[in-house]
Amino acid sequence: MSENIKVDVHHITRVEGHGNIKVNLEEGKPDVVEWQVPEAPRFFEAMVVGREYHEVATITSRICGICSVGHTLASLKATENAMGIKISETTTVLRELLKHGETLQSHILHVGYLVTPDLLRVGSVLPLIKTHTDVVLLVTKIHRLSNEFCDIVGGRTTHPIRARVGKFSKMPDKKQLVSLKERLVESVSDLKALAEVVKSLAGELPDFTRETEYLSLTNKNAYAFYEGDCITTDIKAPLPISGYKEIVNEFIVPQSTAKYGKFNRESFMVGALARYNNNHTQLTDLSKSVAEMLGLNGVCYNPYMNNIAQVVECVFAVEKSIECIDWLLAKDLKVEDDFFEVKAGSGSGSVEVPRGILFHEYEYDDNGLCVNANCVIPTNLNHNNIQLDFEKMVPEMKHLGEKELQFRMEMLVRAYDPCISCSTHYLNIEFK
Amino acid sequence: MGAKPKVAFFDFASCEGCQLQIANLEEEVIGLAELVDIVEFREILTGKAPEYDIAFIEGAITRDVDEKKIKDIRSRSKVLVALGQCAVSGGIPRLKNNNPSLDNVKKMVYGDKYNMPHLDTYPTKAVNEVVKVDLYLPGCPINNKEFLRFVKEISLGIMPKLPNYPVCVECKLKENECLFDLGQICLGPLARAGCDAICPSNGVPCEACRGTVDNPNKNAMHEILEKYNYTVEEIKRKINIFGVDPEVKK
Repeated sequence: MSENIKVDVHHITRVEGHGNIKVNLEEGKPDVVEWQVPEAPRFFEAMVVGREYHEVATITSRICGICSVGHTLASLKATENAMGIKISETTTVLRELLKHGETLQSHILHVGYLVTPDLLRVGSVLPLIKTHTDVVLLVTKIHRLSNEFCDIVGGRTTHPIRARVGKFSKMPDKKQLVSLKERLVESVSDLKALAEVVKSLAGELPDFTRETEYLSLTNKNAYAFYEGDCITTDIKAPLPISGYKEIVNEFIVPQSTAKYGKFNRESFMVGALARYNNNHTQLTDLSKSVAEMLGLNGVCYNPYMNNIAQVVECVFAVEKSIECIDWLLAKDLKVEDDFFEVKAGSGSGSVEVPRGILFHEYEYDDNGLCVNANCVIPTNLNHNNIQLDFEKMVPEMKHLGEKELQFRMEMLVRAYDPCISCSTHYLNIEFK
Repeated sequence: MGAKPKVAFFDFASCEGCQLQIANLEEEVIGLAELVDIVEFREILTGKAPEYDIAFIEGAITRDVDEKKIKDIRSRSKVLVALGQCAVSGGIPRLKNNNPSLDNVKKMVYGDKYNMPHLDTYPTKAVNEVVKVDLYLPGCPINNKEFLRFVKEISLGIMPKLPNYPVCVECKLKENECLFDLGQICLGPLARAGCDAICPSNGVPCEACRGTVDNPNKNAMHEILEKYNYTVEEIKRKINIFGVDPEVKK
C-alpha cells in the first residue's frame, strides 16, 4: 500500500533568494517532484548596455551581495580581456587575497549560520545563541574576521570599492595587513575547533549519492579560485573559458526564472564539492587532513558533502591568504597609474565564487561603452542538478514520511548554498 | 512600545546585500535580539508572523505578484522602512527602465523565449510608488551602524532622521584630496552623507548611492562643473546608476 505524499515549501528559508519545493505522490496520478525558482528577474545584461566600461563592475557587483567580490572580479577580468589590458602581479595577488576573503566569509556564513541549525534541528541560529553559545561565538568570530578581511583589502565588505579595471584604487595599509595575518594565523585553531564541531554533527548529513558531472576551474599551478580553464569529471583535457557557452549550454524552463545548464550529462554540479572533486590533490596538507577527518576522501557523489567541502576550503583559504599577505608585505604597495587604452573588443572572464564557476562576458565599442553582456551564474548551473537529485531522493526517502522528506529536501537545497538573487532571485518548496 | 517590538525583513528584486549587512553585525545581532523580536527573516530563519511593528523592505518592485505581496505586508505593518537603495529609489534594478522597450530588455536576457508568462516584469518601481513608506534607510549597501540606530530609535518611539548634508562634508573631515582635483567627476557635492565618504576615501568617486540631500546646492555644483570643465549631462548620467532622479528633486 502506498502513502500519499505532499510537500509544499513556498520560499524556502535560510537560503539567499526565493525557491519552492513541490512534491505530490498520489495513487493513480503522475508524480510531481519539482524544484521551482520564482525569483524576480532583474535583467542585468540589459542594464549594463550603454554604460561606460568602468561602471560595469559597479553594476554587476549588485547581482549578488554575498558573492559581490566574485562578480566584481569576473566582470573586471572580462572587461580587461575585451580591451587587452594586462594587470600587474601585485594586482593579481591582491585580487586572489580578496577572493580568499570572500570564500571564507561566504562559507562560514553558510555552514555556521544557515546549515548548523539543520544539523541541530532548529529553525535558525538564534536559539543556538542560548543552547550552543560556544559554537555561535566561534562562528561569529571567524565571520567577523572574514568581513574585516574584505574591508581591509577591498575597502568594503559587500560590493568592494577598490578593485577597478586594471588596478586597485587604494592599497591596503601594511599595518592592517600585518594584524590581519596575525589574526588569520590564530584563526587556524578556531577553524580546527569548528571542524571538530562539524565532525560531531556530520552524522546528521543524509547518506545519499548521485553521480553527476562536476564542473569547475582548474589550474596546473594551484587549486583554482581566481584563474584557470574549465574542467569537468567527464572530460580529459581542460577547455578555455572563452568557449564557456558550449560548456554551460543554458536553457529556459517553465518552473524557473533562472536559466538551467547541462554539458555531457543531463545536469552538472558546480561549487565547493565540484572544485574538490576536480582539484583536491592540490589542497594543502592541512586542508587535506581536515577533509579526511570529515569523511571526504577523494571524489564524492553525495551533494550534502558540499557543506563539508566548504569547511575544507575555509582552511585552504586561510592558509593561502597568509601566503598572499607575506608576498604583499615584501613589496612596495603603491596605487598604479592608469596605463591602458580604452578600445573596442569583446572578452570573457571567469572566477570560482563560493557557489561555483562564474562567467561574465562583455562587448565594448570604441568609446568603451558596453554593447553586449552575458553573465552565467553558478546557482543557475546547479538548479537542474537539484531537480535530478530530488527525482532520485524522493523514491529513496519517501518511506521516512512527509515531514522528514521535506526536511531532507530543504537541507539538500541548502547544501548547494544557492544564491538565487544571483541566479535571478528565488526558491520555494511546495509539496502538493 | 511596551513589549519587544516585532521586527520582520522582506526582500524583493535586490542582491540581498543589505540584509547581509545586518547578518554582518555579528555579536550585535545577538544584542539586537534582546531589544526586538525578529519574527520573520527568511534569509536566516524559519518562521512567520501575522503582524509586525517594524517591517524592513529590501528590494525594488518589478512584478504584479510582488506588488500584491508588498501591499499585504503594508496592511499588517505599523512602521514600514525602505531598506537600501533598491527599495528607496529602485536602485540598480531601475537601470532597466532606461531602455525604452521592456520587450527588448527581456529579449536581451531570455532570447526568443522572452514572452513566457513566468518571465513577466514591469518597469522597476521604488517601494513608495506602490505603498506608503514611513522611513527611508538609503545606500548600496546600507550602513549597518545606521540600521542599528534606526532600530533603537524606532523602538524608543523616536523617528530617525538622515544626515542632510553632502558627502563632501564627510570627505573633507577625512582630509581626502578632492577627486575633482585628481581629474575625476564625483557626486559628493550633491549626495547625501552618512556613509563616511567611503568611496572617495578609497579613491573612487561618489556615485550618490544614498540619493541626494533634500535641497542640493545646484549653483555650487554648476560652479564646480564649470571650473573642472564637465557638463550637466555627465552628472545626470552618473547619478542615474543608483536610480536617483536626474532632475535632483526630492
